[in-house]
Amino acid sequence: MLQTISYLYQVADVFAFLVLAAAGLAIIFGMMGIINMAHGEFIAVGAYVTTYSYQAGAPLVLGILLGSAAAGLFGIALERTVVRRFYHRPIDSLVATWGISLIMTQGALLLFGSGAPGVGTPFGSVAVAGGSFSIYRLVLLLIAVLVLAGLYLVFMKTRFGVHARATMQNAAMARSLGVPVDRVYAATFGLGAALAGLAGGLYAPTMTLSPMMGGSFVIEAFVTVVAGGADVLVGTPPAAIVLAVIKATATSFYGQVYGVMGLLVAVCIVVRVLPDGFTGWMTRRST
Amino acid sequence: MKNLLSLVNGPQTFGQGRTFWSAALLLLVAALFFPLFVSNYTVGNVAFFAVWVFMALGLSLIWGYGGMLSFGQTAFFGMAGYSYGVIAINFGQQSNLTFLSLILALVMAGLLALLIGYFMIYGRITGVFVGIVTLSLTLTLATFVNQTAGPEWRIGRARLNGYNGMTRIPPLSIPWVDGKLYFEGTAFYFLVLALLVVTYLGLRILVNSRFGNVLVAIRENPDRAELLGYDIRRYQLAAFVIGSTLAGLSGALYTAWGQFIAPASMALPAAAMPIIWVAVGGRKDLTATMVGTLLVLWLFQSLIVISQQYALIFIGALLLVTILFTPGGYLVWLMEHWQAYTERRRERAVPLPSGRPVAEGAAE
Repeated sequence: MLQTISYLYQVADVFAFLVLAAAGLAIIFGMMGIINMAHGEFIAVGAYVTTYSYQAGAPLVLGILLGSAAAGLFGIALERTVVRRFYHRPIDSLVATWGISLIMTQGALLLFGSGAPGVGTPFGSVAVAGGSFSIYRLVLLLIAVLVLAGLYLVFMKTRFGVHARATMQNAAMARSLGVPVDRVYAATFGLGAALAGLAGGLYAPTMTLSPMMGGSFVIEAFVTVVAGGADVLVGTPPAAIVLAVIKATATSFYGQVYGVMGLLVAVCIVVRVLPDGFTGWMTRRST
Repeated sequence: MKNLLSLVNGPQTFGQGRTFWSAALLLLVAALFFPLFVSNYTVGNVAFFAVWVFMALGLSLIWGYGGMLSFGQTAFFGMAGYSYGVIAINFGQQSNLTFLSLILALVMAGLLALLIGYFMIYGRITGVFVGIVTLSLTLTLATFVNQTAGPEWRIGRARLNGYNGMTRIPPLSIPWVDGKLYFEGTAFYFLVLALLVVTYLGLRILVNSRFGNVLVAIRENPDRAELLGYDIRRYQLAAFVIGSTLAGLSGALYTAWGQFIAPASMALPAAAMPIIWVAVGGRKDLTATMVGTLLVLWLFQSLIVISQQYALIFIGALLLVTILFTPGGYLVWLMEHWQAYTERRRERAVPLPSGRPVAEGAAE
């Protein structure tokens, strides 16, 4: 009983982590076809702003929202100045955003040093069937589901969503029909960055703050996006579920490192058998 | 054979004709006599720079000529480095098998590249995904080796030693008249120099051969190359394996040089260094890659003495500026402008009666 519950808890925990870590990256990739190598640094921005506002006396929820907003604004600024020059050469965008990532990490090291004050994990834990489970982790699962639901609403029910989906399908056509494509791109990049900041803020209480902390998100974010494919709504959730089961299983049998290696192996197999990842699989089934 | 050698000049490489090769020869002679005039420390340092050039040339083949941006060349670097360490510690010292260890290390790196390359390229992963899959690979390997600190992580007599890295790895050596010749200091420098000349010329022949031309055709337009009847996956996989084996050569040589290898050489930011070396000089040309790599390494080493953070920020900014303004790299940009300039001058200097510019023979 306890084993089953703790296994399910593990899967849920990993699922939440994968969704939150990957959502921002997936949105930007799905829309512009570029991978933001500075994704981990946006996560760190969120975590830093959250922690410092918490230290300054703000409630944690407000701190997380501030962290997310700061990352989002930073993302928009970066899109306007640098990233927009790379939409027609996506591979170079990897290199450029990696340069940005390097500058941000090392700049943060100079500004903040390598360590920082922490935030304690809130809510304590709950005892079920003799085991103890952190409530905060369950809240994170709830938020991950809410994020997916929120993205669904934004992309399917709002004017921005219509514009965004039109741009995704055919940017030239959308532009000629009067969709402000440039602004859609900027807003999407900002949304992706804000989601990265949200992930950073949410996980700030559970890990040590450091300028390199983004590094502990990027492998998971990358593999989820690769397995999920281009559509964050259709591809990311099934990819996150499958990868969460694999990682939780490998972790509980062999340990943390084998969890990560299991992810990599799983992704290699997924892309070999499913072109375009789970997005391709889901869309082929539905048509 | 003569046909093969004539391929060192061709459409895929800059620098041909008498001027270029005379300069190259002069540089080689200078490199040969250089250890006579400087301290042992400088010789070792230059050898250390040159060790990285193999990885850069390999990435130039994969990214510049093949169009696949691999962010994870350090995975093969580390694979070969650790393989060399494990094999050399177990068998190298007493039975004079260090060079066999080097070759086996290259085989290991090549096999890893074959495995990952097969899943990627035959899984039709292209574009940006190649970058993040390979980066995930090298970061995962680094994470894995990081936790091998315990005494249970040993292969024969070699302890992996986790985060702190594997130590006391024997250097390259061969039997010699009075015992052994160790490739350290100046001997190591000459070994690396010889390997570098062979690799550079070999790659020039490779990229100007039919294989290289098809590879460039695939880079320019994969669909067209495929419609012309080429199995593009085979060419891409071959380029990936060759380039990654060269990264392995860097790794094995580095390990033999420092008698040490640690997982940090597979983690960020080490993983992204090759990208910078290759991008700044010019990824689409082997000569530009080689010169650019040495320049960036020298610049980085001069800066890191002042402050590691500022050095990395500078390198990041250099990369960003390069990719924004001269996406092909500075040296390639210079070479292209120089070529255009000389051609314009020649057109103006010797107009034929018909008004057509003179083509001054293929030797030029």
